[in-house]
Order: sequence, then structure tokens, then C-alpha cells
Amino acid sequence: MTVALGTDAPQFDLPGLNGQNHSLDSYTGAEALVLVQSCNHCPYVQAWEDRLSAIARDYEGRGVRVVAVNSNDAENYPEDSFEEMQARATARGFAFDYLYDEPQAVARELGAERTPEVFVYDRDRRLVYHGAIDDSRDETAVSQQYLRDALDAVLGGEEPAVSETPAVGCTVKWK
Amino acid sequence: MRIDFLFWRGCPSHPEARELLDDVLAARGIEAEVVEQEVFSEEEARELAFPGSPTVRVDGRDVDPEGASARPALTCRIYYLPDGRSSPVPSRRQLEEALA
Repeated sequence: MTVALGTDAPQFDLPGLNGQNHSLDSYTGAEALVLVQSCNHCPYVQAWEDRLSAIARDYEGRGVRVVAVNSNDAENYPEDSFEEMQARATARGFAFDYLYDEPQAVARELGAERTPEVFVYDRDRRLVYHGAIDDSRDETAVSQQYLRDALDAVLGGEEPAVSETPAVGCTVKWK
Repeated sequence: MRIDFLFWRGCPSHPEARELLDDVLAARGIEAEVVEQEVFSEEEARELAFPGSPTVRVDGRDVDPEGASARPALTCRIYYLPDGRSSPVPSRRQLEEALA
């Protein structure tokens, strides 16, 4: 079951692509933290990943950190292995951290169901937005910038006007 | 002409793909028997050589022959648009070429 708005961010300590572990404390000081349940192999993730990089770059200077987490079962979906994560992040020039949740603990704690699925936490690491990045996998058809709007709100000290939207994408691949 | 439209409900792309298929068929005035088949299990995916949802076969030939050989799985299938972007549904061009 998906976590409710206002819930604290999950504790985690996961390997990143640079060979170092990243924990929730690694992002202390960020004005907002965006966790994205993600993976490699899903066409919906692939459709949105450049937009996610753009958001990470656009908001970095305002203290936002974007962290994608891949929890998929790499045994049955080898395209989602740690090595494939490294390869894809390099090939696509990801502007966000990309962590490997091999035990699937973060996905379970988030109650994540889809990839991509976004969780935005404010400075106190309370969940203030959950759902989609925007309203269309086709970037030429986007009319609602849910994630950008949520970040603008939280950076302005306000609650997002839209705090929950349905995440559209592949299912999380559980073991 | 027989068109097999295989899908897995866990991926949300099949309604869009079916709509696109129907649109291409109508635009070209093609009368075809479209047979929908839902895939429910990994075992069934293997039996059907189902590389992901949706999979469209025209008289037994996959509209994306290159992707047809991917490992069978209950997952969203990746298609590539003419500009190189990936997509969860076939491109209109792929469908048109398969139906030509």
C-alpha cells in the first residue's frame, strides 16, 4: 500500500553508480528530495528519463536533489542489473543519482507500484507529492507539469496544489 | 487477414495500441479479424513467445520483427519510434508497414 502524504522519507543506504553508498543522510541540507521508483527496461521510464534529468539540472541550484531507485528483480529482468544501470546512466547522461535497491526494501516501504513513480519530500522530509512526473509520456503532449509545480510550491514554502496523481508506467518487478 | 493482439493487463499501453491499430485499419480501409488474447502468466508468455505487452502479429508476423525475439516476459514491450525514441506502443509506421 502506498504511503500517505505527510509520511517521513524512508531510511535507506544503497549503492550508487559511483561505487559509494548513498543514504537519506547523504542528502541532508537539500531543500527538497525527489525519490523516483525507476528501472532500466521500462519504456515509460525511458520516455521520461530525459525530462527527469532536465528537472534535476533545472532545480539543482535551488537545493533540490533527485534520486532514482531501481528495485526491480534483476534475476528475471537482467536489463535492470546494477551493471546495466551503470551502462544506461553513462549512455544517457543521467543528471540524477541512480541507486540500486537490490533487497527491494525502499520500494516496499514506499509502497511503490509503478516505474516511474515520484515521491517528493520537503525540507523536513515529509511526503508532499506522489505520482507522475507530468501528464503525458509523449513530451510533445504535456500540459501539466506535476513534478515541477510541486517543487516550485515546496520551495516557496507552500503545499503543492496537486499533491497526488496516478503514476503511469510499468509495474515494479518483485522477486 | 488475421491480426493477433496479445496484451498483459499489468502494462497500461494496450488500450492506446489497440486504438492506434484500429485507426490505421480504418484509415487504410482494411478489413481484418483482430483477435485479442490476454496473457496471464510467465508460463503463458513463454508458450506464446510473448516478448511484452502489447504484441501485434499480422498473419503471424510480428509488426516489429527485431523486438519479437526478446525474452518472453510479463512486461511492457519497448518499441522504437522513427526518431529513435522508445515507446510502449508500436509506431504508426510500423503498423502501416506490417499491414501493407
